[in-house]
Amino acid sequence: MIDWIQIFSNAAQELISPTTAAYALAALGLAIHFGYTGLLNFGQAGFMALGAYGYAISILSFGFPVWGAVLVGIGASVVFALILGIPTLRLRADYLAIVTIAAAEILRLTFTTNTFADITGSASGLQGYKGGFADLNPIPTGSYGFGPFTYNAYDWWIRIVGWSLVVILALVTWLIMRSPWGRVIKGIREDEDAVRALGKNVYSYKMQSLILGGVYGTLGGMIFILPRSVVPANYQTSLTFFVYAILLLGGAATILGPVIGSVIFWVLLSFFSGFVARAVEAGWLPFMSQVQAGQLRFILVGIAIMLIVIFRPQGIFGNKKELAFVK
Amino acid sequence: MSSNVTPTSTPVKTTGLHVGDAGPGCRKVDPILIADNVRRTFGGLTAVDVEHVEVPRGAITALIGPNGAGKTTLFNLLTGFDKPDSGKWEFDGRSLAHVPAYRVARMGLIRTFQLTKSLALLTVLDNMKLGAKGQIGENLFRSFLPFLWRKQDDEIEAKALEILARFKLDTKKDDYAASLSGGQRKLLEMARALMSDPTLVMLDEPMAGVNPALTQSLLDHVLDLKSKGMTVLFVEHDMHMVRHIADWVIVMAEGKIVAEGDPHLVMQDPAVIDAYLGAHHDADIGTTDTEHVEVLKELIDDEQ
Ligand SMILES: Nc1ncnc2c1ncn2[C@@H]1O[C@H](COP(=O)(O)OP(=O)(O)O)[C@@H](O)[C@H]1O
Ligand SMILES: [Mg+2]
Repeated sequence: MIDWIQIFSNAAQELISPTTAAYALAALGLAIHFGYTGLLNFGQAGFMALGAYGYAISILSFGFPVWGAVLVGIGASVVFALILGIPTLRLRADYLAIVTIAAAEILRLTFTTNTFADITGSASGLQGYKGGFADLNPIPTGSYGFGPFTYNAYDWWIRIVGWSLVVILALVTWLIMRSPWGRVIKGIREDEDAVRALGKNVYSYKMQSLILGGVYGTLGGMIFILPRSVVPANYQTSLTFFVYAILLLGGAATILGPVIGSVIFWVLLSFFSGFVARAVEAGWLPFMSQVQAGQLRFILVGIAIMLIVIFRPQGIFGNKKELAFVK
Repeated sequence: MSSNVTPTSTPVKTTGLHVGDAGPGCRKVDPILIADNVRRTFGGLTAVDVEHVEVPRGAITALIGPNGAGKTTLFNLLTGFDKPDSGKWEFDGRSLAHVPAYRVARMGLIRTFQLTKSLALLTVLDNMKLGAKGQIGENLFRSFLPFLWRKQDDEIEAKALEILARFKLDTKKDDYAASLSGGQRKLLEMARALMSDPTLVMLDEPMAGVNPALTQSLLDHVLDLKSKGMTVLFVEHDMHMVRHIADWVIVMAEGKIVAEGDPHLVMQDPAVIDAYLGAHHDADIGTTDTEHVEVLKELIDDEQ
């Protein structure tokens, strides 16, 4: 018999999981890039990887304090954004797409290769960097919470930091997007030549947007590794596409969209994987092995997202009025 | 300029703009824009090859010529949207060569586009506010501190509403620009250009595709720019409009300036007829043909 309580309680845990927060941050960054500025960044996985490795390497190889490691990650992603943006932001939008997808793969392969195994841990990645962050935890040791949301002090600490960051950055994004800066950014999305003709340095604004959204992704990458270890295989192009799926699910040019999109994505994913795994166990799906079942959840999530995009193409929080005019 | 000129059906023409004989590249008493040897080729095609041209300050100058004459390309070159193979040009005494488009705009030279560029998913009011120069809140580090820019933004909004009212777009202020008609978008683009108090406004075919009901209002707005002390350079195919509002006409054909002069006199210049006839001869598409025939008829009407 299927243990529905277990499936639902696992799914409910994703509501506040650090992974959900991490993806929400990355999607919020993409909202700045794609939703507001119209930049096609297909390398968000690269920015996340820089957050993960920048943080872990700073601590493991150089013994940096937490704040130093965070700054290294942010610095690395600013440099990465400059390298991506300087040659491409003057060109047509598709150049950025190609360059970002390639650059993110180069980063991942660099982290995977054995050449730098001493620093990057190559394919097996890095662990043992959590001490500094755990030391900052003001919560006394123990177990807290109720029902499915019962965690130890460290797990609560990650959740509190992760979701605080989500709230702060969502607020910041909301503030800047309703400012004159946001007006220029949205104007660039609509027609950058028109904005140029009004005396705005479009190139500089696009660069600012690329850096800012990239830093969001990098912070997401740091939150992502706090409950697990750093594994290069996590930073494949499919990661970027999951973040895009979250963004489109929630609404590309919205603040709440990426956050709620991430929550829905992870709750659904957990629900489907729990359901499929137990259904196979219970012999409901005799044609399927456990391994195949693990893959099936992505197919089901894909279908769920397709349905939402077909029947609500502006995303959950998007404005229907805007969509009526999309070419 | 006298400030009491109001848009009327018989606009006050500005005369005495040139020095010596009117002709291609002739000097002006007070030029605002001067271009020298500006050339732009696309592969084997020379789109623009202007030896010398001056645009008179404080007047309305029409740039006419058959399709493909290079008018839009010249606009792009002058405003930094395209780079010439060679040449130099200056605006208000400052060289514009190698100056990027956004800096050209900041200097007070604002242009509009042949294909309207309204920002579709911005409201009409946001379109307008984007046009204002020197906004404090356009800096990322100040943008999330509204108290730094709120006051200026309110002033910009008041100005935008005032201009929108003049252009009879104020009732649309909260609508997306995408919901406007083609003519209203042309109006919006012109209105937006005024937000930065430009000294020279360059309009590329402001009347193209505009519903006749709006043409008169557009004409009045162009005349109004002059009465407010701005210089206007516009591309137009409609000879009636050119004759009606232009103080000076520059004629381009095959990339070159072939004639210049007072709107009534220049139409009698054989070079102008040749320009349109020449283009007519090797024109390749039907629509261009009929348009040129139309223009020719008007030119001939005018001579009689
Ligand atoms: N980007 C371009 N690439 C190639 N040829 C171009 C380009 N832009 C304009 N041309 C050519 O330059 C000539 C002048 O075009 P244009 O300036 O648009 O003329 P007009 O505005 O006077 O109708 C035309 O023959 C046109 O085909
Ligand atoms: Mg043209």
